[in-house]
Amino acid sequence: MKPGTFAAFVAPSVVLMILFIAGPLVSVLVQSFYVTRQVFETTTVENCTPGFLAPVCTTEARSRPKQKPGGGVETETVFVGFEAYRLLLQPDAVAAAFAPGGGGFERLLTIDFYKALRFTLTFTLITLPLVIGLGLAIALAVDAAAKRLRGVLIFASLLPFIITPVIGALAIRWLFIGDGILTAALEAILQRDIALFAEGWTIEILMLFYRVWHVAPFAFVVFYAALQTVDQDTLESAIIDGASRTERLRYVVIPHLMPLIVFVALIHLMDSYRVFEEVIGFSSQAHRISLQWLTFSFLMPDETGNRSISRASASSMLTMVGIIILLIPLLMRTWRDHRRKR
Amino acid sequence: MADTRTLAPPLALKLTIAAFLTVWVVVALFPLLWITVMSFRAPVDALAANPWTVLIGPATRRLSGGISPLALIIWLAVPVLAYRVAVRHGALAAGLMTPRWLGWIAATLIYSVLLAAMVWLAVPAFVRILEGVAGAIPGVSVLAEPWIGLTLDHYRAVWIQHEFYQNFFNSMIVTFGVVLISLTVGTLAGYGLARSGSNLAFWLLVIALVFRALPHSVLVTGYVPAFLGSRELLEPLWQAPVIGWFLSLFSPNAPSLYGQPLAIIIVLVSINQPFTIWMMRSFFQNIPSELDEAARVDGCSHFGAFVRVIMPVMWPGVITTGLFSFLLAYNDYLVTALLLDAQSQTMVPAISSFLNRDTRASDQIEAIAAAVSITAPLFLLVMVFQKQIVSGLTQGAVKG
Repeated sequence: MKPGTFAAFVAPSVVLMILFIAGPLVSVLVQSFYVTRQVFETTTVENCTPGFLAPVCTTEARSRPKQKPGGGVETETVFVGFEAYRLLLQPDAVAAAFAPGGGGFERLLTIDFYKALRFTLTFTLITLPLVIGLGLAIALAVDAAAKRLRGVLIFASLLPFIITPVIGALAIRWLFIGDGILTAALEAILQRDIALFAEGWTIEILMLFYRVWHVAPFAFVVFYAALQTVDQDTLESAIIDGASRTERLRYVVIPHLMPLIVFVALIHLMDSYRVFEEVIGFSSQAHRISLQWLTFSFLMPDETGNRSISRASASSMLTMVGIIILLIPLLMRTWRDHRRKR
Repeated sequence: MADTRTLAPPLALKLTIAAFLTVWVVVALFPLLWITVMSFRAPVDALAANPWTVLIGPATRRLSGGISPLALIIWLAVPVLAYRVAVRHGALAAGLMTPRWLGWIAATLIYSVLLAAMVWLAVPAFVRILEGVAGAIPGVSVLAEPWIGLTLDHYRAVWIQHEFYQNFFNSMIVTFGVVLISLTVGTLAGYGLARSGSNLAFWLLVIALVFRALPHSVLVTGYVPAFLGSRELLEPLWQAPVIGWFLSLFSPNAPSLYGQPLAIIIVLVSINQPFTIWMMRSFFQNIPSELDEAARVDGCSHFGAFVRVIMPVMWPGVITTGLFSFLLAYNDYLVTALLLDAQSQTMVPAISSFLNRDTRASDQIEAIAAAVSITAPLFLLVMVFQKQIVSGLTQGAVKG
């Protein structure tokens, strides 16, 4: 294909990606060094209260938002360097936390950014083996099930995957919240009062459960499709060699699935690093927040209607650094494959 | 197979597998089924601690009537049967007319009318007759008595009183816009990338991969100030000599993009683009390049070959990619919550307004009814397109 034709085919897509992905990225980077704020001016106000003989007057200096000539509040955008990052990372507080008697990690995790980072990372790492394990187990089980049942099983498994994430999280929350049906069942079994939404760690377990429930079907479908292409000759020779069921799984099936396990793991790392909907669905912001939610909360207007764009930009940039670190191994592998092919 | 007996699992393993699969199916379906049941019950029943109360709904029956098990079974069977009939005989009915697409339209119309008549007239009558017959037989009569509570109040409140249909329309506009545009753009790019082995194509794909991994909040942070200040940003375009005249045909002043579903479409299409081109590329790689090369030997241009030879065979890939675009647009919360206002909100972010309105007991059940309403189209989607979804998931994986 000639370069010109190639360009014609990809142009619309490339233009969209430059305008709406690369463009915003650059603007976020720039925004993170600037802050837009209201201009305040100091005025002296004289307040007089009626008094005997002469009114009692006090003068005080007040600062108030400067009004624009045409109405509205005047704003200015100033370069602040790494101020937004500093506000987010709070190096002073970190230093104080690790100073003797500062409280160490416990103190550190009260700062929003580290709280979000901690949750995002543990969330990603804990769900990863669970998703792969459960996905593989379902795939092997469905593969062993009767042919007539497989369609129904796949249909039932696809539902948790296809459902709107916020709605899926809500569905699970409604089963547990207050005296929800499953909380009541747990209380009956354990013979004690349970309030799952009062503490951070119980909510976190529910969030982990939701994510595994939501993503395991994806792993299942990928593994199941690959199971159909396992080399039957190798399996047969393994049987002739007297390999037991577990040995066949260990030495024939798993190696065959290995590239796909890596693939699912990578996709899962990327996706669960973006954890966000769980925080909304379980309303966990008082206890557990994620990096994406942190940015989201800066972007939502606060009580006065202001959005802290500058801080949102800084936290976006830091989130991005994380995803790039996650991606480096994948990119290096792709590059090696590409070079080998040429 | 040499020896099928050694391959057949022993009984203990079989039982373990069966038990495991049963548990999984229950876990997979229970949350969704349970909230569906809850949405049809009065708050007292829906929030009861006893599962039996939720399933039967005694208070609901006292308040707003009930339905007999027989009728319930029939009403649940109707959509399944309707779907079966459509799948089995649809193609045949459509084939009765030429051209075929006209046949499809006619068949769909006639089928809808028939179905509506069935649902409004025939099925209720059938249910009543059956209930009458079953009620007369001792032993079976328990099936004909309306002892399962059922109420549609919450759905009525959500869709009529709280005007959820507006959110539904917004969702439809956004979703169909996204699917249409991202398929058009993505198909062209995917074809180009699949047929070009150049370094440039490789780097484009790598950059797209990085873009795909970006958290959406990063991009939205870039959009929010631009959207809020879009009137000032776009004003110079409207003042420009030729372009300004052209643009003023559509609106006299520069529009504010914030709160515009149409602006959201472009944003979601772009966010979706990296994924779309990867997926379409892997589909096109499966179409042998000899096919379009043959067309080119016969004197077609690249674009001509694409239209004449590739387009007729690419539909499975397009449908699958379209499904995933649909899901992305339909399920989005982050982008739509930040860039749309209350009037132009799509369904998913609109549900938070139901969650926040938590003063009466029925508010919670209304939120559940809204959630079930959002899930229903997805349920249909899986039912109709199960094969395509599975092939899409594995396609990306195999080529990944």
